[in-house]
Amino acid sequence: MIRYWEKIYAKSENIKAYALLFPALLMVILAMASPMLLTFVTSFHTQVSMMEIDTTLTLGRYKDFFSKPVYTTLLGRSIKISFFVTLVTLITTYPLAYYIAFYVKKNKMLWIVLMTLPFWTSYLLRVFSWKVILGHKGVVNSALMALGMIEEPLGFLIYSQTAVVLTLAHAWAAFAILPLYVSLDKIDKSLLEASYDLGNSKFQTFWRVTFPLSLPGVIGAILIIFIPTVGDYVTPQLVGGTDGRMLSNMIQALFGRANNFPLGAASAVIMLFSVSLVALIVTYVTRKVSMRMS
Amino acid sequence: MSDNEFIKIKNVSKKFDDVVAVDNVDINIARGEFFSLLGPSGCGKTTLLRILAGFEYPSSGKVLIDNVDVTGITPNLRPTNMVFQNYAIFPHINVKKNIEFGLRKEKLSKDALDKRVKDALRMVQLEGYEDRYSNQLSGGQRQRIALARALVKQPKVLLLDEPLGALDKKLREEMQLELRKLQRSVGITFIFVTHDQEEAMTMSDRVAVMNKGKILQISPPRDLYNNPKNLFVGDFIGQINFLESEIKSIDSNNINVLINKLGEHTLTYSGNINKEESIVCAIRPETIQIGNNPDQIKSDITIKGKIANTSFYGNMTYIYVEIEGIAKTLMVSTSDALEGLTYDSECYININLKDIRLIKKN
Repeated sequence: MIRYWEKIYAKSENIKAYALLFPALLMVILAMASPMLLTFVTSFHTQVSMMEIDTTLTLGRYKDFFSKPVYTTLLGRSIKISFFVTLVTLITTYPLAYYIAFYVKKNKMLWIVLMTLPFWTSYLLRVFSWKVILGHKGVVNSALMALGMIEEPLGFLIYSQTAVVLTLAHAWAAFAILPLYVSLDKIDKSLLEASYDLGNSKFQTFWRVTFPLSLPGVIGAILIIFIPTVGDYVTPQLVGGTDGRMLSNMIQALFGRANNFPLGAASAVIMLFSVSLVALIVTYVTRKVSMRMS
Repeated sequence: MSDNEFIKIKNVSKKFDDVVAVDNVDINIARGEFFSLLGPSGCGKTTLLRILAGFEYPSSGKVLIDNVDVTGITPNLRPTNMVFQNYAIFPHINVKKNIEFGLRKEKLSKDALDKRVKDALRMVQLEGYEDRYSNQLSGGQRQRIALARALVKQPKVLLLDEPLGALDKKLREEMQLELRKLQRSVGITFIFVTHDQEEAMTMSDRVAVMNKGKILQISPPRDLYNNPKNLFVGDFIGQINFLESEIKSIDSNNINVLINKLGEHTLTYSGNINKEESIVCAIRPETIQIGNNPDQIKSDITIKGKIANTSFYGNMTYIYVEIEGIAKTLMVSTSDALEGLTYDSECYININLKDIRLIKKN
């Protein structure tokens, strides 16, 4: 009997493929697809009372979302904050990745590990340490005051969108460095020499060759940072204050204290689609712009 | 300035840490010359080319191109362009944009630019390839695009870093002829780096043989083959037999040499050698004649041997002959049919004194 199955297994490439895929597929179905489907279905329901949900399908929750300005404002803010987080992360990590790829000759792996070292500590711990750095009596404010550069603590440092952007940018830096480094390191150095040889300065060579060729890494980094940070709710809760609240904090509340699962689900679905749309646009525009440059 | 000193490489050395890659090299290259740097890998030929391009700066010495000292000038400001070993075609832009890449500074109108690209593509016989990308081109086509991209800039000097190395034999031979033709028609000075002696010989006006960072000989290909100045050059270019020899006496026109197992002979003395120097005699395999009868061929030296091996190359056959008292088998090449000359059979080899070259051992 076993030999019979062995024979079939060895013969058919399809069976082999599905057999190997099965564990991962099961995991994806159970842990990803079904919860998402559940969320999607719930978004068409109605919360009647504390414990009771009307399962008649309706677009009411989506109407609710777009009729109250608070939801759209929060959605816009989430996207704006994530946009700046992505921008800050790229601007700060690109030079680092560039340096490792082109100037570090030995022990590149060690450099990469060192870059990611801060990320071996807990995410919460790092958010809290930003609180210590940015707080009213924190490191930055006390230092500036001691130097006499400011009279009173800078208000915008903590409990603000700035604080959320800074904290998230730092938290996600490691994830940006890796794709950027990989795409930069892959660039054939003779292409840079060829550009230089054809009359371009180092600066022109960067914009005409290096940057366009590192685009896969840049787009990768954008997606890796933008998508998860839109949905982050821990950082805004801890350092964002009222001004820094994001849509995800609202979704958390809707599934919690506010106890409106369908509206929470509808918000989550809307966020999912908005993020996908923005990610697509960003990818497309980045590609177009760089084509124009070179 | 004479045209013979269009490019002057003056006492150029390059050290990487403790390794001397280029050792006090001194070359003058003429305007419009096809000049090859030939040597085994690691001999410093590529480093020297990169010094000419500006990618490396010499540790000492100077480089002058058309009477301008370019020693410290960056590659983007030099009148040189390079064809890279792997062609370095920009993968993110199409062929047209690749060729235009170096023309941005000239601020040409769109029509003028299109014409330049079209002419460049016609020159390398790839008309109509404007919209292709690097990954849609074969190795030979990439090589042509790299050539067009460099030549469209109309450089004073074109530097070629083993550009034919990655092509298969047939295509390589085709490109050799084409490259030479192209060089003649554009009249630009070509400096060609290669480790393939055949390539250097077939294309160049002159060849510089390099080893361990030093220039060993600069000669036209024919001279290089017929009159190698040292063991390395003789051995590197073509096939050759070396025989241990000893100088017995020298007078104004003649030199008496005792050649291992071939006896003492008088050769024409061309100077350059002192009596105390240790030398070898070099004989090209095609100058040796072979037969199975001692009286078959009239020659200055006839000696008996035994055939150790033969290898057939189509247009000719190499025969390896064992001679008693000579450690290395003697290599003979012949295009004749080999009646009775088979493995292990006896044979006689015939050498004429005029085909023997004396080469200093060091």
